[in-house]
Amino acid sequence: MSEKLLNWDEVLIGGAIKDPGNSKSYETGSWRVERPVWNPESCIQCMFCWVYCPDSSILVDENGKMSGIDYDHCKGCGICVEQCPTKPKSLAMLLEADAKGKSEEDLRKEVFSK
Amino acid sequence: MALLNELAKKKEGLVNGHRLCPGCTHSVIMRQVLAAADTDKYDIVVAAATGCFEVSSGLYPYTSWNIPWIHNAFENAASTISGVEAMYRLWKKKGRTDKDVRFIALASDGGTYDIGLQALSGAIERGHRFLYICNDNNAYQNTGNQRSSATPFGASTTTSPNGTVLQGKSQPKKDIMSVLEGHHMQYLAQASPSNWRDLMNKVKKALDVDGPTYLNVIEPCTTGWGFPQNKSIEIAQLAVDTCVWPLYEIEEGKVKINYKPKNKLPVEEYLKPQKRFAHLFKKGNEHLIEEFQKQTDRHWEWLLKREESGVSY
Amino acid sequence: MGKKVALTGNEAAAHAIRQINPDVVAAFPITPSTPIPQNVAQFIADGEMDTELVTVESEHSAMSACVGAAAAGGRVMTATSANGYALMWEILYIASGSRLPIVMAVAARALSAPLNIHGDHSDIMGGRDTGWIQLIAENSQETYDNLIQAIKIAENKDVMTPALGAFDGFNISHAIEIWELEDDNKVKEFVGEYTPLYPLLNTKEPVTHGAWAPPDWYFEHKMNQLEGLLNAKDVVVKVGKEFGSAFGREYGLYEAYKMDDAEYVIVAMGSVCGTTKDVVDSLRENGVKAGLLKIRLFRPFPYKELADALSSAKAVAVLDRVSPAGAQGGALFTEIRSALYDANSRPPVINYTYGLGGRDTQPQHINSVYDKLKTIAETGKVDKQFDCLNLRGTWG
Ligand code: SF4
Ligand code: SF4
Repeated sequence: MSEKLLNWDEVLIGGAIKDPGNSKSYETGSWRVERPVWNPESCIQCMFCWVYCPDSSILVDENGKMSGIDYDHCKGCGICVEQCPTKPKSLAMLLEADAKGKSEEDLRKEVFSK
Repeated sequence: MALLNELAKKKEGLVNGHRLCPGCTHSVIMRQVLAAADTDKYDIVVAAATGCFEVSSGLYPYTSWNIPWIHNAFENAASTISGVEAMYRLWKKKGRTDKDVRFIALASDGGTYDIGLQALSGAIERGHRFLYICNDNNAYQNTGNQRSSATPFGASTTTSPNGTVLQGKSQPKKDIMSVLEGHHMQYLAQASPSNWRDLMNKVKKALDVDGPTYLNVIEPCTTGWGFPQNKSIEIAQLAVDTCVWPLYEIEEGKVKINYKPKNKLPVEEYLKPQKRFAHLFKKGNEHLIEEFQKQTDRHWEWLLKREESGVSY
Repeated sequence: MGKKVALTGNEAAAHAIRQINPDVVAAFPITPSTPIPQNVAQFIADGEMDTELVTVESEHSAMSACVGAAAAGGRVMTATSANGYALMWEILYIASGSRLPIVMAVAARALSAPLNIHGDHSDIMGGRDTGWIQLIAENSQETYDNLIQAIKIAENKDVMTPALGAFDGFNISHAIEIWELEDDNKVKEFVGEYTPLYPLLNTKEPVTHGAWAPPDWYFEHKMNQLEGLLNAKDVVVKVGKEFGSAFGREYGLYEAYKMDDAEYVIVAMGSVCGTTKDVVDSLRENGVKAGLLKIRLFRPFPYKELADALSSAKAVAVLDRVSPAGAQGGALFTEIRSALYDANSRPPVINYTYGLGGRDTQPQHINSVYDKLKTIAETGKVDKQFDCLNLRGTWG
């Protein structure tokens, strides 16, 4: 994530950026206090979470279906959880601190078996 | 409108890694806009005004834009896009490109209702082909929530604060749609990211007009308005369901309301969850809520009458 | 072959624009430069050029549209004066910081208040630090020649910096002079084609223009920008020579008029140089070693070359067509004095403000300056470092 700081005679003139979408390398996932956990079992693939996510963090497979969450960028706002029509079955928030060191599978069980 | 699964397969014009606040709807709106654009048919170039979205998505050496994007200053998104579009016409005339390119100018209410109004008016009058999108977050949020002419009546901002003598902004919100309607442009509309299908339809329609078009979009701001970051879409929906933010379009002067809530909610439902309106609920301030309701109803009824009459220019 | 024409300075600028045939012109009328967009509009209406003209609703939008158009990818020009230039101010910095080689004609005029539509240099001197190349013409011929050269200077790959070609409002903009209008094709050939660096309209390679630079980056960008501006100095000389071989009128950084052995020297820019030359001629006839150093390139300021050019001077007077506004002297004065600080011979330098708001400056006024310089050289004493020419009442 650390950017290379260029000298004055190395920067592109006019401050232009010729590397479209390079902010992807800036990982806003570190901002997160809570994380959404997804349950594919009850997901109805409505894609509402995708259309409302401010951080393009709902992962999509080649069929245009929801396939998970991009934790490198998800800021943990919780909009997806609020807008999921199956709420609270397919998406739920969990404190980051409680997610540490656990696999997605384990988290899923922990969150959705309750 | 294609199914969301289809739209989700498209390469996104705006990517993540931007620095907008968690739960900010700027990017939600833009993602919906770019998803709706028929990018198989045409390419999009964006000119952005200075503001939250601009500083968050173009922070050297990073850009969140996968499409050509230019930021010039605060008040000149419309004049900047005028220049870009003029150059495009020249390129077309001289055969320098065979691409079909459409243009979007992007600003918030500060850059639209206030400091950018003159440039916008000029660009519309000149007839440039562009879609101007105002993400209306009801105040100058990039500098920390100062009142704008888009700030609603009663809202407390840092320059229209609630105090012991004054209770937030004492003037009503400017009706920018009516201001712009006077330009007799072919298409302008008001939309909300909560109603994505409606928003997307409007974007598609606007981008196909060979001339200036305008889209006014409510852009709930978690920090400025004071609501939890997971509630942004809900707040937008409440604005729509209370008719504080009617979804409508004006096509060749004819008003069409795109959504009439079956159960029009009282404005309290919209005001209550937001800190900027908290003081309105204090004892003795009931009349302010009444006034808010009155302003909302007046506008809504006027819209209904406009629609019913079917008048156009 | 060129032909002699009797036209105004504004028409000279308009003809330069017609022959350059830029891709986009965005302009707003303001006295005294109004005839430029008017003429351009007529040329377009008559099919003599195929520029896209954006008739904006303000100068702020004029420069904003110029920035948009130039970033989109192509050659862009505009024209303005005074308050219009001031209204552009914010965007002038953005044009130069974004390295967009826009070329602007400025009929230099006084700034309000009080409102005054006549010539002086308040506008361009106020904007001297906006990062633009500034070329200043003495007459219509130079107005025309400078704008044509400005295109090549601004677009030079080592420069890539916007440039303005200024000429005095009314004195030049509205005065009919005889000057040489060159052949359309020769001008076209001289300015050549322009290939923009990263056009927005090249949608295959999406570029981001105008990202904000945090403290980690801003400084580097500004110094990168400065290098481009400084590079303009050599390019001005190079293009001036090329122009000379193409059209027979060669240009440099400045014009040294009877400077070889000059002891009493006026340093000035703009139309006052014409009057000054006449005075120098008559003084020379009487054996007075008078000279004129006429500034052509004000930004970047060629301080070394100008200091060298002043090496024989025993006393120097700098004429500023702008108020010192609280500085030690006018904009040109402070530059010249600073340039001479490192010179071997440091002649006394005095400063006059003249011609504000269109006030006439006549040979008698210029003569009084040379008289003063003679006295200073003879006595070695400067009683007044700053004074005004043709002001009612005594200053200071
Ligand atoms: S929590 Fe917010 S950022 Fe994360 S996936 Fe859900 S909507 Fe996107
Ligand atoms: S909103 Fe809920 S149901 Fe719809 S796709 Fe997302 S997780 Fe699945």
